[in-house]
Amino acid sequence: MSENIKQNYLNHPKGLMSWLLTLDHKRIGLMYLVSGILFFFLGGLLALVMRMELAAPGNDFISNDTYNNVYTLHGAIMIFLFIIPAIPGALGNILLPLMVGAKDVAFPRLNLASFYIYSFGALFAMYTIINGGVDTGWTFYTPYSTQSTSNVVPMTLGIFIIGFSSILTGLNFIATVHKMRIPGLTWYKLPLFVWALYGTSLVQITATPVLAITMVLLMLERFLGIGIFDPALGGDPVLYQHFFWFYSHPAVYIMILPAFGIISEIIPVHSRKKIWGYKFIAYSTLSIAFIGFLVWGHHMFTSGQSVFSQIVFSFITYFVGIPTGVKIFSWILTMYKGQVSFTPPMLYALSFLFLFTIGGLTGIFLGAVALDIHLHDTYFVVAHFHYVMQGGTIVAFLGGLHHWWPKSFGVMYNQTIAKICAFGVFLGFNGTFFPQFLLGLRGMPRRYATYSEKFVELHSYSTFWSGILGISIFIAIMNLFWSFIKKNKVDPGSNPWGGMTLEWTHTSSPPHPHNFEEEPVLEHGPYDYDKVIVEKTYK
Amino acid sequence: MSNHNPDAPKHLKHYFTNVDQQYETSKFAMWAFILTEVLTFAGLFVAYIVFRSWYPDMFVDAHKLLDVNKGLMNTIVLITSSLTMALAIWAIQKNNRKLSLIMLIATFVFAFCFLGIKFLEYSHKFEVGQLPGEYYFYMGPEVVHLNNPHIFFSIYFIMTGLHGLHVAIGMGLIAWLIYATYKGNLSSEYYTPMEMIGIFWHLVDLIWIYLFPLFYLIG
Repeated sequence: MSENIKQNYLNHPKGLMSWLLTLDHKRIGLMYLVSGILFFFLGGLLALVMRMELAAPGNDFISNDTYNNVYTLHGAIMIFLFIIPAIPGALGNILLPLMVGAKDVAFPRLNLASFYIYSFGALFAMYTIINGGVDTGWTFYTPYSTQSTSNVVPMTLGIFIIGFSSILTGLNFIATVHKMRIPGLTWYKLPLFVWALYGTSLVQITATPVLAITMVLLMLERFLGIGIFDPALGGDPVLYQHFFWFYSHPAVYIMILPAFGIISEIIPVHSRKKIWGYKFIAYSTLSIAFIGFLVWGHHMFTSGQSVFSQIVFSFITYFVGIPTGVKIFSWILTMYKGQVSFTPPMLYALSFLFLFTIGGLTGIFLGAVALDIHLHDTYFVVAHFHYVMQGGTIVAFLGGLHHWWPKSFGVMYNQTIAKICAFGVFLGFNGTFFPQFLLGLRGMPRRYATYSEKFVELHSYSTFWSGILGISIFIAIMNLFWSFIKKNKVDPGSNPWGGMTLEWTHTSSPPHPHNFEEEPVLEHGPYDYDKVIVEKTYK
Repeated sequence: MSNHNPDAPKHLKHYFTNVDQQYETSKFAMWAFILTEVLTFAGLFVAYIVFRSWYPDMFVDAHKLLDVNKGLMNTIVLITSSLTMALAIWAIQKNNRKLSLIMLIATFVFAFCFLGIKFLEYSHKFEVGQLPGEYYFYMGPEVVHLNNPHIFFSIYFIMTGLHGLHVAIGMGLIAWLIYATYKGNLSSEYYTPMEMIGIFWHLVDLIWIYLFPLFYLIG
């Protein structure tokens, strides 16, 4: 064991070039993690600027034009530069090969290329900021996006490029899951995080090409005036919305499915109990991925859709609730009569269950046509979206980081600070976004820098708690990196939480450069707490 | 732990257990990649369907402005190139490097012919102004009564343009294959790159098989 600590993927080989040109999935994952978190902070800062402006009704802090830029950049950065690439790119890259017992992903060189394509696309997005921003909203709806004088082209070009990185990562992961598993690791013995990444990757490779072509058409519309989206030339701006949501609704599942996977790992390990309904969770992942392609029209209830399409899209939208509910109930039943320990990852997982359930149920509200026509483009939508994306995905991401941090880096963070921050995130999040449900119900439209006096109480409340939320997330992440930089002396051992999947049982923390000392042999299923006793190495 | 025992073939990457696994993985991923290509074009096919159903008469009349003979010639050229590509793979499987090389060069030449014919078509359209969107200025007697013929040419240029880009990328890949085969890096033991690029090339051919009738033939 002591020998392993000397040589691991972090210190072998050495030198800057060994990082920049690394083909090791763990190092690439770490590079994704660092860049993802930088964009997360940038996006978060923009969110706080928005909340500052909204603390009072008038234009006190920034102008209307600046506000338009800030919310567009916040959305675009968070979605295209952080959430979509970061969870599969960071946690997925570090963990997937370890979980299937492989030495690397199927195509390591392609994996590195994905990272650089992502960085290259991010450069365009950053250029947008330096060059004065973009003010169309992250959805780039035509006709405004074809007329706006802001930097629509650099931003959409950046997103187009990042799309390729997403497609290649998806391809890589799918090939890895299909072909790189060790003998004996059958589909039903895969950790559920692998199933989740598999479902995510399927959506990535099938939906992202449509986004790519949509962005190309939008850029051509601006350069050549091709007229596809321009009614003056016989085109149709609503066609853009169809194209955009055909990608972007499935993209919501690209963002949430990995989070489901993380929760499916955290809950059984920290409850020391076999997961309830393994196959239900696995298949619900695939069915969400599939149904996600059939519901894009529910974003367009007010875009002049026929009543028939409204009913059909609304009906199919409700179906998403079934596999999602299956997951939630399976997780709760997993905890039932388990030995639940309230570790930081588990606290995040519990927050997730509360917040995501609220986010999911309000999604059902919005799926109902009659209600949606009332709530469309109000803060209710903003709150729903953030309950799913931040309360769901980002809380799960933070939980996953705390769960696998000791495995990835061989250090343990300060537990007390981590727990306080988990509470801070939960309280700050609810304080920020719950008032927005009420604002939306009362008719506060989204994307405005100013508002009527009657909303001031709820808005200032939301702004206050957004500060708590921002500080909690910042300290939580600093707490993690601090343990890494300080190289703190607490050795978490190879299996701090008593996990059963290969990354816990068969390799050291941090893992060996080639993942495993020798080819791992599968001894039990991923959650066989009823059959085998696995000791925790960290008390 | 490296599995690079002296018996392992040179082309086997260390993270694969054996040659079969490596080959199967490449082939699987290539088909998944083909799926992404199909979906990229699918978006454009949808645009085609939408606008065709909006302006059925305009599509019928505007398609008469395309040169069916050049389109047909390109179809024949591209199908033949698919055949020579398949023969190149067959030859390398039989370890007939010379025949494989000839077939690859033939494929490359056919691809070049395709782009050449396409260039002639495009330059004629540029001259007479049958161009996408705002750049459209052709006002011949066939189109004066038509509603938005520039939309037809927008879709025509985007779809055939993206397809042409694929042909150009394919030519680059085939050129690399010619080099690798000439150098002797490919043999009946290991010809995965040739097979993968072959799959890509057949896809490029297949897309044209759809584009040709949609634009040139159906009225």
